[in-house]
Amino acid sequence: METSVVPDIANVVEKWKDKKGNLIMILHEIQNQYGYVPREISFQLSKLLDVPLARIYEVLTFYNYFKLKPPGKYTVSVCMGTACYLKGAPELLEELHHILGIKEGETTKDGMFQLEIVRCLGCCGLAPVVKIGNKIYGGLKRSDIVNLLSQYSKEGAPVAQPV
Amino acid sequence: MSKQITMTIDGVAVSVPDDYTIMQAADSAGIHIPRLCYHSKLSQFGACRICVVDVEGMKNYAPACSTQVKDGMILQTHSAGIRKARKVLIELLLNNHPRDCQVCGKSGECTLQEMAESFGVKSDEFSFEGERKTFETDRSSVAVRRDSEKCILCGKCVRVCSEIQGANVLTFSHRGFRANVVPAYNLGLGESVCTNCGQCINVCPTGALLEHDNTEEVWHAIHDPNKVVMVQIAPAVRVAIGEGFGNEPGKDMTYETVTALRMLGFDIVFDTQFSADLTIIEEGHEFIRRLTQKGKLPMITSCSPGWIKFCETFHPEFLENISTCKSPQQMMGAVIKTYYADKSGIYPAKIYSVSIMPCTAKKFEAARPEMNSSGYQDVDAVLTTRELIKMIKEAGIDFNRLKKSEFDHPLGESSGAAPIFGATGGVMEAALRTVYEVVTGKELAQIDFTDVRGLEGIREAVIPVNEIEVRVAVTYGLANVHKLLTEIEQGKRQYHFIEIMTCPGGCIGGGGQPYPAGEAEALDTSVYEKRAQGLYGIDERKVIRKSHLNPDITKIYQEFLKEPLGKVSHKLLHTHYHARHPKGVPARIKDTVNLFKAK
Repeated sequence: METSVVPDIANVVEKWKDKKGNLIMILHEIQNQYGYVPREISFQLSKLLDVPLARIYEVLTFYNYFKLKPPGKYTVSVCMGTACYLKGAPELLEELHHILGIKEGETTKDGMFQLEIVRCLGCCGLAPVVKIGNKIYGGLKRSDIVNLLSQYSKEGAPVAQPV
Repeated sequence: MSKQITMTIDGVAVSVPDDYTIMQAADSAGIHIPRLCYHSKLSQFGACRICVVDVEGMKNYAPACSTQVKDGMILQTHSAGIRKARKVLIELLLNNHPRDCQVCGKSGECTLQEMAESFGVKSDEFSFEGERKTFETDRSSVAVRRDSEKCILCGKCVRVCSEIQGANVLTFSHRGFRANVVPAYNLGLGESVCTNCGQCINVCPTGALLEHDNTEEVWHAIHDPNKVVMVQIAPAVRVAIGEGFGNEPGKDMTYETVTALRMLGFDIVFDTQFSADLTIIEEGHEFIRRLTQKGKLPMITSCSPGWIKFCETFHPEFLENISTCKSPQQMMGAVIKTYYADKSGIYPAKIYSVSIMPCTAKKFEAARPEMNSSGYQDVDAVLTTRELIKMIKEAGIDFNRLKKSEFDHPLGESSGAAPIFGATGGVMEAALRTVYEVVTGKELAQIDFTDVRGLEGIREAVIPVNEIEVRVAVTYGLANVHKLLTEIEQGKRQYHFIEIMTCPGGCIGGGGQPYPAGEAEALDTSVYEKRAQGLYGIDERKVIRKSHLNPDITKIYQEFLKEPLGKVSHKLLHTHYHARHPKGVPARIKDTVNLFKAK
């Protein structure tokens, strides 16, 4: 891991080196590349840019956008906007906690699912809504969740059709 | 150039330079505006808002710490509105605070507690049922204990760690309700790059940062009939301990402390100043050897354990420059469990060895696994000056009325070169007194090396020793150290010998020293100056002022060590250090960085 990532970071650092506010831009590029910002890379950046590791950690945790852990294969986003909330989104979230054994912002041990909370996906008519990957499922009940998740096999593509 | 302007604070006309902030203007006029996040030696932060003042013609209350003065400005520091605003701010902080003052280690010295009291915040006037932040207390470090629930996010620890100590261990993480002060990647302090210097404790306004408390285990040893409890006191402790009992900083209370330690139940009381003399003999000879036999130069002192861990973590390329001598604390520990154990017939396993230090990093140093060359851990427990003060108070000892008493022999005598170890420049001066006489065989005409004294961040001197012009440097504060080492690497500076102390002012400003009382604040140079004067006073009052003339030092070499840098010394009094990396960080990172540079 260590040696394989170095040339990538080297290029990114080279590109932004003398520009003001470069840390955030560099972290953006790293996250685009890896889906998150690996700790090893933060440490290397700290050396290359002469920015304390603590400062990098501060920036990474200040912005919700930056991820410190590898994302799951599928992001499960539960809409907690007003309409979904009233139509029972908290129950769906509770069920997801229960089945996946993780809290929002976390990823399952097998790396398949990552749980997120979002505010309004723009389809309030379908409330309550859950998005898995880039597919949207609406009008869900607590009891639908098990089947819904089981349709995402470990091998890859979802079997289910979106609503 | 700044101009003088005139303004009115609380009806008092004040004349100050126009680049002052309201806070600075008020301070200079003797008006104390309450503050939590402001510190005169640290960068502006403007987070706590406790220092708001009512400026005539301004729409909102202005934070005094970050508002510049203007000619003709009229302001009130405690108008009805301001009083109310401050009270509300404190109430909001308390709402998210454990409120367990009775059992908090900072009680009585906590700024938040003091403010709640002085602003008249009453528990029956405000109530709160909302969520309160919950964090695990970080007990991973043997030196510093971090309780984030008590943290009010003033950020002084973050700034002192970065601006004074250049270690950048602490940072803010997350934001809003989840905001917290942590080391990178939320590591425990014990797993992080923390140098254990304890300056964060000194500036913390609450009990969020405190030393790891070892008093219970020391009490336990004292009360254990099977243990012989021995104790040593560092130089800087004796000129600061009095502050815990209402005395001025710098008052020499060495012999009252000896009495108090005996009353507490310590069986034998030794003086770290003896082993400071011993350090000078070993370190002086090591320096002479390096100088005359083309050894690695510059040689850097090894007494300050915060600096040692800083070097291991941030500047491993200088590890070979560090003197192999253990610090006086560790030398004393090793000598107690060998030389003294033999002499007194006390089995070393029965000895419980305690040291009283101005320092939190000494706790880490004593716990280093390599510090056991006698077969036993050199030092079993380290107490800070503050912890000893607490023990003395608990035992109901009226410290100021104590009679003086002498240290035990044979590890209690010291020369005037030893007390000054506690002030920045002191180790250098002590070493030069001995090195000069050993090399030249002539008596030193001028014993005081005033060039290396003082509080300037980096000081230099050139001392002719026979044909060699020995170039020395003295520095303290790890940010200064980082600067000095970087410039040495770049070839901008060249020295033979460098003294490095971790804390501002040296050990007298250590992370375990009493919190300044009254108007003085943490990092206050006037306090450092007084404590340093105390130590130089002890030096001047001694008849023998050079380590190599201490008769008990001569005796320990005759009876036990035989010769400086000899076989016994090598085993017991010397050690080596290793590069270290925080947990979760690849150890070979330097290689990959070099790979990139070569590209």
